[in-house]
Amino acid sequence: MHPLMNRFHADERRRLAEFLGVRDSFAPVLSRRVFLQSAGATGLVIGFGWLAPTGADAALPGAEGAATGPLAPNAFVRVGTDNLVTVICKHHEMGQGNTTGLATLVADELDADWSLVRTEYAPSDAALYKNLAFGLQGTGGSSAIANSFLQYRSAGATARAMLVAAAAEEWHVPVGEIRTSKSTLMHASGRRATYGEMAVAASRQTPPDNPPLKTAAQFTFIGKDRSTPRVDSPSKCNGTAVYTIDVKLPGLLTAVIAWPPSFGAKFVSFDATDAKKVQGVTDVVEVPEGVAVVAMGTWAALQGRRALKVQWDESASKDLDSEALLARYRAQAVQPGTPFTKPTTTSAAALKTIEAVYEFPFLAHATMEPMNCVAWLHDGMLETWSGHQFPTFDHMFAAKAAGLPMDKVKLHTLVSGGSFGRRANVWSDFTVAAVNVAKAIGGRAPVRLQFSREDDTGAGLYRPMYVHAVKAGVDAQGRIAVWQHTIVGQSIMAGGPMAEMMIKDGIDPTSVEGVLKTAYDLPMLAGTLHSPALAVRPLWWRSVGSTHTAYVMETMIDELAAAAGRDPVAFRLSLLGKSPRAAAVLKLAADKAGWGKPRRAGVAQGIAVHESFDTFVAQVAEVSMRNGKVKVERVVCAVDCGVPVNPNVIRAQMEGCIGFALGALYYSEVEIKDGRATQRNFDTYRSLRIHEMPKVDVHIMPSTEKPSGVGEPGVPPLAPAVANAVARLGGPRVRRLPFTRAGLVET
Amino acid sequence: MSVTLNINGTRREFDGDPDTPLLWVIREDVGLTGTKYGCGIAQCGACTVHVDGQTLRSCSAPVSAVANRQVTTIEGLTSRAAKAVQKAWVDLDVVQCGYCQSGQIMSATALLEKKSKPSDTDIDHAMAGNICRCATYQRIRAAIHAASAQLAG
Repeated sequence: MHPLMNRFHADERRRLAEFLGVRDSFAPVLSRRVFLQSAGATGLVIGFGWLAPTGADAALPGAEGAATGPLAPNAFVRVGTDNLVTVICKHHEMGQGNTTGLATLVADELDADWSLVRTEYAPSDAALYKNLAFGLQGTGGSSAIANSFLQYRSAGATARAMLVAAAAEEWHVPVGEIRTSKSTLMHASGRRATYGEMAVAASRQTPPDNPPLKTAAQFTFIGKDRSTPRVDSPSKCNGTAVYTIDVKLPGLLTAVIAWPPSFGAKFVSFDATDAKKVQGVTDVVEVPEGVAVVAMGTWAALQGRRALKVQWDESASKDLDSEALLARYRAQAVQPGTPFTKPTTTSAAALKTIEAVYEFPFLAHATMEPMNCVAWLHDGMLETWSGHQFPTFDHMFAAKAAGLPMDKVKLHTLVSGGSFGRRANVWSDFTVAAVNVAKAIGGRAPVRLQFSREDDTGAGLYRPMYVHAVKAGVDAQGRIAVWQHTIVGQSIMAGGPMAEMMIKDGIDPTSVEGVLKTAYDLPMLAGTLHSPALAVRPLWWRSVGSTHTAYVMETMIDELAAAAGRDPVAFRLSLLGKSPRAAAVLKLAADKAGWGKPRRAGVAQGIAVHESFDTFVAQVAEVSMRNGKVKVERVVCAVDCGVPVNPNVIRAQMEGCIGFALGALYYSEVEIKDGRATQRNFDTYRSLRIHEMPKVDVHIMPSTEKPSGVGEPGVPPLAPAVANAVARLGGPRVRRLPFTRAGLVET
Repeated sequence: MSVTLNINGTRREFDGDPDTPLLWVIREDVGLTGTKYGCGIAQCGACTVHVDGQTLRSCSAPVSAVANRQVTTIEGLTSRAAKAVQKAWVDLDVVQCGYCQSGQIMSATALLEKKSKPSDTDIDHAMAGNICRCATYQRIRAAIHAASAQLAG
């Protein structure tokens, strides 16, 4: 543990104890009677996704809130007589800023006044709201802005064209003479009308098929730094943003589940005698996932679960051990698996060869909001409220679990307290479990299934453990002559509904992306894959395959540069002839960081570049070491994501990706012993904290390429850039993550 | 035996189990949901409130311990420092997922109420108990300095 953390923790507890005049023990175990005095004061406002803005909030630029409007030319935009423009967002907001991005696209083409733009989240309707990159409604793969770029601009342009046509008709002037700006229509004659004033007339116009879109030079918001502040800032700064955990419904109950104690444990029986004695507990019911304790309030549910006795059969599950598994993976990694590359040149004799085995742990997503979902069976239908990141999957699985046709199932998608991949799962685990609980209590009341932090961290659905074995070498001229690469790790897609679509010739692309699609010219690269199956369910984790492949590629390239006696930047550039965008961000990051200039003693820079989700990111990490402990002082980041739509959101995502990746590099690991996850809460499954955050400078490459995503691509280069700096400082070449394993950070 | 609470200036009686963590009383009995559950063991700070002006992790404090004390939640912030903090947070677009930000804002406000010109080290000490998985830390630091400048101005 970091010294500061120790101090914090001890201080916090002591201060608390003194301050409150209680013993230093805050683990209350007694029951309580819950009275839901607030139940009547709620109504169904949540049903619309957002609380209607109050007078004060409505005045805030870009505050959320649904406007109604006569002008509704398509599924994405409405213009009201109140002059408000509402953008209907088909993507899930989990912090990455796409709500602001989608609103920016519409507002620009519509020439809307940003302070009059509101947003709301789309219902589950794949026909209208599918992700054009997937064909299903869902958010992931850093695709939200990329797939919506033309669709949402076109939606805004259509609404504008109808407003202009209506004004032209009313004013008896040609369409081409009408100008629009800040939600106002204008003519040289002095005629003016707000969009609100023209909305009714515009709604009678026929929507044009292909409204002309602006040229880049005509953009008013797209790419204009800070012209469109985040729409969700105000509500997230005053406590009014509504997450799943905040949903209020009449008579709402809370459920927690006694989950299997080990991965794959089988339910045998339960005894609810003591659990039912806990005041506030209303039901103890068996569900496919385990045993649910339902109560009036979260605390009663947790206390009820504590009192519950469940028998499990762990005969087949208790032996799983991540350390033993790692040994098995290492043994497998020296055997060739299924080929995933087709080398076009054969390996030549190498002068210097490096053989390395890399080991990566299971990682939990550890979103700030633990998983949850509200389900309500009533009047022959099901409603759910959650951070439905993949509404199409959640909709289907929920209907199946409820035994209802999909048109009797209504999803309400709320913002979520983070996802990092967790809420985008093709099994809809938390949605289905909530529906199962709602069914088990006979639909008597709406119920919120809540994971505790321990449930959340211990639930599996991890970034799988991976082992890479690489043999690579350079010839006498310093050119890469050999690269043999074997990867061992679970397939994320296997066994799921997307397996057939994604897995080709035995290769799950998410296991090998980053090696397979490397930006480097490596025609000799011979890659093979082993995809063992496990009882621990795998899942993608922010940047997916690149979470491990970028580390291996970018540290190995650095080692080969050293073997060839070349500068790491120059060596990379010599291999990036086919990827000018990767080369350009590499040069930009190096220039901005002052690469190659002398640094003070004990400080070194490391660099890495990686493409993921069509976005190119290079990072230079400036690292110091004291007493063998690493400190990342500064990270310079260059990103090319095509046309930058919201520069401030792009910078925020790069900053966040860097802090997220650094925390994982330093500390994060889920170990499995006796079939159970060892780390269950933030005390042992650690994240970066503020005092460990490096200074981050982000440089956005100007571009006219089509936009690509930024939610994930800032993650992959960070860990190898830091590791490369550590090596330059004389530290070890770290091949097993996290850094705690090498003693490079305080534990 | 009921517990007398004062939350955001409003007096109310709680007659449930006095060992119930303050967090759940605030969220589910009083109905103020800006204060968040993150870990339940005072490790993440999402549940931070003020009690008599001091930060408190409400997930780990029994409700009985705050009887007759002044509890302030994100919904009840009114001080000049609090308004400066919230404004700076919005101006700099600090938030991402936003789930931890009520707690961050409560910790930052308590810091500025005690020390209107905090150093980076002061910020480290005051804020190290608040985890942000989106890692908005660089902007949190900048926003605290911006709020401090606004208070001085």
